[in-house]
Amino acid sequence: MSHDGHHSVVIPAPGPEFVPHTVAHHFDTPVQEFQSMKLGFWLFLATEILLFGGLFAAYFYFHESYPETFRLGGHQLDWKLGALNTSVLLLSSWTMAMGVRSSQTSQKQKTLFFCGLTVLGAVIFMVIKFFEYRAKNEHGLIVFSELFHPYDLTTNSLPWFKDYDGVMAGVPHPHLFFAIYLTMTAIHGLHVVIGAGLILWIMKGTAKGRFHAGYYLPVDLVGLYWHLVDLIWIFLFPLLYLVP
Amino acid sequence: MTTNVPVIDSHAAPVAGRKNFLNCSSGFLSWAGTLDHKRIGIMYLVGVSLAFLAGGLFALLVRLHLWKPDGMLFDNVQYNQIFTLHGAFMVFIFVIPAIPGSLGNMVLPLMLGAKDVALPRLNLLSFYLWLAGALMATLAIVLGGFDTGWTFYAPYSLYTDQAVVTIGLAVFVLGFSSIFTGLNFIVTVHKLRAPGLTWFRMPLFVWAIYATAILQVLATPVLGITVLLVAFERLYHIGIFDPRLGGDPVLFEHFFWFYSHPAVYIMVLPAFGIVSELVSVHSRKPLFGYKLIAFSSLAIAIISFLVWGHHMFTSGQSTYALFAFSFLTFFVAIPTAIKEFSWVATIWKGSIALNAPMLYTLAFLIIFAIGGLTGVILGALNVDIHLHDTYFVVAHFHYVMMGSIALAFFAGLHHWWPKMFGVMYNETLAKIACGIIFVGFNTTFIPQFIMGSRGMPRRYATYVPDYMGFHQASTIGAMVLGAGVALMVFYLVASLFQGKKAMQNQWGGVTLDWLTPTPPPLENFDEAPVVTTEVYDYSTLDYKAMQTPVA
Repeated sequence: MSHDGHHSVVIPAPGPEFVPHTVAHHFDTPVQEFQSMKLGFWLFLATEILLFGGLFAAYFYFHESYPETFRLGGHQLDWKLGALNTSVLLLSSWTMAMGVRSSQTSQKQKTLFFCGLTVLGAVIFMVIKFFEYRAKNEHGLIVFSELFHPYDLTTNSLPWFKDYDGVMAGVPHPHLFFAIYLTMTAIHGLHVVIGAGLILWIMKGTAKGRFHAGYYLPVDLVGLYWHLVDLIWIFLFPLLYLVP
Repeated sequence: MTTNVPVIDSHAAPVAGRKNFLNCSSGFLSWAGTLDHKRIGIMYLVGVSLAFLAGGLFALLVRLHLWKPDGMLFDNVQYNQIFTLHGAFMVFIFVIPAIPGSLGNMVLPLMLGAKDVALPRLNLLSFYLWLAGALMATLAIVLGGFDTGWTFYAPYSLYTDQAVVTIGLAVFVLGFSSIFTGLNFIVTVHKLRAPGLTWFRMPLFVWAIYATAILQVLATPVLGITVLLVAFERLYHIGIFDPRLGGDPVLFEHFFWFYSHPAVYIMVLPAFGIVSELVSVHSRKPLFGYKLIAFSSLAIAIISFLVWGHHMFTSGQSTYALFAFSFLTFFVAIPTAIKEFSWVATIWKGSIALNAPMLYTLAFLIIFAIGGLTGVILGALNVDIHLHDTYFVVAHFHYVMMGSIALAFFAGLHHWWPKMFGVMYNETLAKIACGIIFVGFNTTFIPQFIMGSRGMPRRYATYVPDYMGFHQASTIGAMVLGAGVALMVFYLVASLFQGKKAMQNQWGGVTLDWLTPTPPPLENFDEAPVVTTEVYDYSTLDYKAMQTPVA
């Protein structure tokens, strides 16, 4: 959108395999563009934290109201799989950081390698998550096929909570723990999938040579997003799997 | 405030055919795909105006229905739907986006001396999210309507058989529109100010939009997750708001008001910003207490996060929470009163021009004084137990939302109309319309204060005959108000087709928005402005620009 003889600022490419970056027309300098986008993205991350904040508030409120339900519910989750997933995400945060660093130093192949590892981490995480959900399904703690069935007032029982083994017997409102577990981990899982998609988009841009030492802003921002996804899980894991 | 470049060369004859943002390109796509903040502002203006007219139509239907004690038009379910539509359209689709989306988008980058907002694509996305939310809300009407009130209180919102999920998702989408607008404005204010434009040289409209933006970013996500949880609750019965499943409906109220009280200030702070600009320009006097007004906006933004419980005095909160929320509520009155007094002190001994925008501003000052003070009355615990959920509350927040915010929006619209379009509306008609709106508004809501204090509950489709006189007075007032708004829409639209040319600087403003050609060129300034003087310094006013018509 260059206009009236205004000349756009161009950041040159560091080599023939890279593409120069044109600073958006309304910015005077690359620094102004970089700082604006970064400030905007941090604000966006703040809204993500606040969005999850509502879920965390609900978690704490009901943990306080029905501690036995949450203790017993937490025992039904497989802490080993949870710990494995935590390790996977932590490692993927490291590979993401390496990817960002490689991009900052114009190392195309290394960026692709580390970003690819990060996507692999996301896939492993979601596969493990799938097996966890399937186990809940088998024990009737979350019956996914009946999740959206109407609530039966006459029997006063939820269609998706059957508890075949009776492991939650005797505690008040046993479904609450699993409802909150499902809601929090599903919304988090959605963020993992979105994050993986963003990283794939970054890899595409990297392959085309759009990101390099002169301009790596999108890589930086997607990295921040991925760290937030990791960070939220670091809180979810102990709260859900290691309930005291 | 001046710049080191003569932005308007008023000595030269106006150059006919000069390109501005309105005529630099044409065609549907040049608008639908535009990244220009001014065009996006105008699209918002059209959109929120239609939402306002729709919401106003619903209000008139409510008032007509209440002409007789047994109701005139609807059965109870329909009545519930109509007042819910009125509330939801007015709050989520009109008031919250109205001023930031339209006038904020239009004026903020101009006032900062920037070429655009910091994130133009996100700005366009905000508009389309708003449009999507508005369409989803309309779809919810088609799907059978919704009757929960705009507040979606659980457990009723969980049990009713109406389209709550659709409207809930609409509110979620509208929320993200609002978040992205706020985020964009924060970044723009931080990063795109012209050289020399220090924080304390920023016009107060910018300060107000900035404080609003902080609230939009920090409060709205909580509403987002709340309406999502209501939708999930209906879809798969999480149980956290449903008492049958061990949930707590009061938790919903806490979540909802944690957003929706700050949202009141998301709505009103931009109105304060407009009034701050207008009292200064139309009195041709620097603002009294500039820094106090700037800081009071931030103070209101902070305090607003601590008072949500005053909507829940009868919900069974602990007594200590009630005391704290009541006490903190009174604190809001302090920065608010600072503003009101500063505006009056600004006008005092100024060179007051009773232009149409100034008349709307004066109407605002009177109505807002009533709206604000009745808020203090409602903040008092024992009084509120009596007045809770009565027409007194309805009248109070309409004095703020309609009487103050909508009137400030009208004031700003009349003020920046010549800047946006380069044409002037018929000022005589504008003054008459302002008078009709002022009279109609007060006739509508003063009876509601009285019948509310006598116990008339809100949201009832019928009432005991004792209240009939008040209801009929209120309905007549609403019709007068509607006529005033219709007249306003008429002369504003007519001005686009046969309005006389506006002046380059119609009112004699000295902020950067008035120092660029009218209407502004695509990138706002012919040469990048540099600010060298303090804000509202009317000694720098170039009177020639006030007498030079637009090209």
